Amino acid sequence: MKNLKLPFVYMVCLLFAGLLLSAVPAADNGYQVGDTARDFKLKNVDGSMHSMADYKDAKGFIVTFTCNTCPYAIAYEDRLIELHQKYAPKGYPVVAINPNDAKVSPDDSYEQMQQRAKEKNFPFAYLHDETQEITKAYGATRTPHLYIVQKQADGSMKVAYIGTIDDNSRDASKVQKKYAEAALDELVENKQVSQPNTKAIGCTIKWRAA
Amino acid sequence: MTKTIYKCFAAAFAFMLFTVTSAAAQDVKVVKFDELQQLRQSPGDTLYVVNFWATWCKPCIKELPYFEAASAAYKDQPVKVVLVSMDAAEDLEKRVKPFVQKRDLKANLLLLDEADGNTWIDKLEPKWSGAIPATFLFNNKRGHYEFVEREMTQEELQGLIEKYKP
Repeated sequence: MKNLKLPFVYMVCLLFAGLLLSAVPAADNGYQVGDTARDFKLKNVDGSMHSMADYKDAKGFIVTFTCNTCPYAIAYEDRLIELHQKYAPKGYPVVAINPNDAKVSPDDSYEQMQQRAKEKNFPFAYLHDETQEITKAYGATRTPHLYIVQKQADGSMKVAYIGTIDDNSRDASKVQKKYAEAALDELVENKQVSQPNTKAIGCTIKWRAA
Repeated sequence: MTKTIYKCFAAAFAFMLFTVTSAAAQDVKVVKFDELQQLRQSPGDTLYVVNFWATWCKPCIKELPYFEAASAAYKDQPVKVVLVSMDAAEDLEKRVKPFVQKRDLKANLLLLDEADGNTWIDKLEPKWSGAIPATFLFNNKRGHYEFVEREMTQEELQGLIEKYKP
């Protein structure tokens, strides 16, 4: 009897543990869709400091954690430029933030960011999150990682979309689903974003050594 | 008669084992997500250690020797190390295979040929944001499961394998 009882107790424990685990939200830190995103004050590649509050006419932002070194981030550079050119006039500019620690990833240093921005002639701000505070607050984990935020009546920024740009990082010509554009089109028309979360493989953020 | 049949089976089995093991070394198998899903659902009493990496991912490359070492150290035990490359299938010949050759990788090697992570990442693990390296350890028979979305130290990996190995 004892032998039979033990696995049963064990199973109940497991079940209970499973229930507890499933009650915990998927990501335990960072923003979820619907949260209010904090503003920041970060240094752009031109030396100026940028905050979302500075963009008086913006209806929102395409906050993109990206970098110089990740092949996926590089593959998306041109598409990020296109995204900015298409949606900045509609009130949603791209704000790119490099989250990587320059000690861990020297090619992501501020100087290298300036270099890259010049080479690619970025039409958007490319900001350096030197302390990684903003990256942590947003909960970005990979590059590229997009947070599309929408300005509310009270001026706060509500997270409307978290995810990737489209369904093919490798080859822009094979893209079938433009996830970010679909979300932006809905936001521009003040509609609810129908697919507010998407995922993609990306490079892990290079965190500063503790 | 039965003896002959038995012998025949044994020979066939030995041959199969031989081809399987010799093919496993250095060969990269290109798979779609459903095959990966099958692996994830393997019912046996084996600890699977499945690591997602890519030739372009620096922290992944740093970790690879730990997985290789584990694959060698536990080769006679029910512990199976599988390295799943996130490289593009187009890069198989020119990047992945030369890399595997150069590093002399011995663990089981797969290349997941799925361009859109959004179609499969959540099916594997909703907590996974998509950053690599990422590692899954599981033994479905015993209901063991662990998911790690970051670079691991060799000690960490060893610790997890020791904790879960049957």
